[in-house]
Amino acid sequence: MQIHIPTPLRPYSGKQSVVHVAAKTVAEALTALTSQFPDLRKHLYTDEGKLRAFVNVYLNDEDIRYIDHKENAPVKESDSLSIIPSIAGGTPVAETPVHATAPAAAALTPEEMGRYSRHLILPEVGEAGQLKLKAARVLCIGAGGLGAPLTMYLAAAGVGTIGMVDFDVVEASNLHRQVIHGTSDIGRSKLDSAEDSLRAINPNTKIVKFETKLTSENALEIFKDFDIVADGTDNFPTRYLVNDACVLSGIPNVYASIYRFEGQASVFATEDGPCYRCLYPEPPPPGLVPSCAEGGVLGILPGLLGIIQATEVIKLILGQGEPLVGRLLLVDTLAMRFRELKLHKNPACPACGTHRTVTKLIDYAEFCGIPPKSAEPAAVVNCVPQMQVTELKRRMDAGENIFVLDVREPYEFAIAQIGGHLVPLGDLPQRVQELDPNREIVVQCKSGARSQRAAEFLAQNGFKRVYNLAGGIIAWSDKIDHSVAKY
Amino acid sequence: MNVPGLRMEQVQFEAIRRHGEAAYPDESCGVLLGRSGEDANTVVDAVPASNTRTDSAHNRYSIAPQELIRIQRESRQRGMDIVGFYHSHPDHPAHWSKTDLAEAHWFGCSYVITSVMGDGVTNEDERTARCRAVETNSFLLTGTGEEDKRLETQPLEVAAPTPATANA
Repeated sequence: MQIHIPTPLRPYSGKQSVVHVAAKTVAEALTALTSQFPDLRKHLYTDEGKLRAFVNVYLNDEDIRYIDHKENAPVKESDSLSIIPSIAGGTPVAETPVHATAPAAAALTPEEMGRYSRHLILPEVGEAGQLKLKAARVLCIGAGGLGAPLTMYLAAAGVGTIGMVDFDVVEASNLHRQVIHGTSDIGRSKLDSAEDSLRAINPNTKIVKFETKLTSENALEIFKDFDIVADGTDNFPTRYLVNDACVLSGIPNVYASIYRFEGQASVFATEDGPCYRCLYPEPPPPGLVPSCAEGGVLGILPGLLGIIQATEVIKLILGQGEPLVGRLLLVDTLAMRFRELKLHKNPACPACGTHRTVTKLIDYAEFCGIPPKSAEPAAVVNCVPQMQVTELKRRMDAGENIFVLDVREPYEFAIAQIGGHLVPLGDLPQRVQELDPNREIVVQCKSGARSQRAAEFLAQNGFKRVYNLAGGIIAWSDKIDHSVAKY
Repeated sequence: MNVPGLRMEQVQFEAIRRHGEAAYPDESCGVLLGRSGEDANTVVDAVPASNTRTDSAHNRYSIAPQELIRIQRESRQRGMDIVGFYHSHPDHPAHWSKTDLAEAHWFGCSYVITSVMGDGVTNEDERTARCRAVETNSFLLTGTGEEDKRLETQPLEVAAPTPATANA
């Protein structure tokens, strides 16, 4: 009988398009073929000896999988056997859900042709890619350090719709890194200020403002009109919220975060890749990782990381290159080193694993161990009584014998202080004998977070009358003495 | 080393692109018949095939093996071989996708992809009426097996129509 060899397999059949074999069954014919041309074997069969899934074998016009006796079907000398590898494929749409619902953009206007000309001559972008960008809808969570360069470059690149979620106003301390805002914007809403900057860069971009805190109640509603989310948040509850909402909505989460001189970036929640919970199933205890306000940050760092995020967003939209899926990029600006860790999708992940328990958005503050804020300030947190700045002032004015312990760093002490005794938090365990365990001690830092940990440490080490100064030196400056510098 | 090219005439090139527009918003697909050579594959005929992926035709294509066998038999009778396949990417760039590579098994064959862009409007009927083929690129499946296969960009040479000869 005849066996027809398809073009791609002819290098292994001595370039013959038809091979004649003598056989009584289909299986015998295939065995005769592969014993005559052993190189064909690995192309037709798996290591386990099964016919490869994409190889179809047809006896005359019938697929042998659907005929009686299958491979053991009898054959005649006049029959012919055809080997047909499958022909299939598809657009990138099924791999990254970008544009799953977005219609393609209209053709570029002459103004856009000129504006994007350096994109258009890149084969990887071209007119088709620029139209993708124009049709794309990207949501940025936060209009701060990461959101600033991210949205500015996305607008410049021609992303059609940029959504922004933020509810802060611009403060002077933002300006060393949030380059989307200027000095004259201090006191304005961040979204209004950002909108002005983005319009100045590219009036074609549609800006959608969500002047609200992102919550479990509104996240899915906001996310539903976007193709990609870029997470530029500065706190853990919102980061888990963004992750879970992305997984539930099937939207990729382009993530970056920063800490002092270091940053990390990845792409989470794609169909095949890991999510943020695969990397960090549990949040760190509250207060362990300081925010930018607590720990400080090199102003340029969010610029660098925000632009890495923007690059990943553009790549996802274009369907070009290798996205940061399953990889965590670590950036150390002091050493100026970029490293990469492999991430794996965790089959047991509660959000994106095989047995998901996160099927709706939860209370993320509670998940991260942050007590709910009540209208009344908490009187006791983790067994440490809290003292308000007004109470401390009253007792100091009354001449009470009260010891104020300042656990900030010396350089902070040099900027502003309220007469406390300086023992930095890190030195406290070695220097604890400097303190009198029987005296009333009020522990103080910048915002009340580090001092809470110091007070908890003292309470565990036999100090009986320890208070945490709620709100720290910031609250003191706000409510007692404006001449104390806020930094 | 230069990647061998794919040659075709304007008439086949246009036929491939028109098929992409006609199928929009679904993917078009077809088989390229011709002759394979050392420096290039030459297309003599582009045969449209039906997309069997009716479940997800807008982003998947598949050619039924029966149809392929029929096309292959006809090509043998005309002294030609299968030298490649074409399909369209509605609203996506003319570049192979991960799925395209995973599903490509015809080594030495060309995979021609045409991007067909709709026209911004949300209304699907209107978009379909105004869609147009944008880019067409060709990729050669190289490698020795499933483990090391690659789709490499290959030169696509479209010749101007040859003048008709007396006995054509």
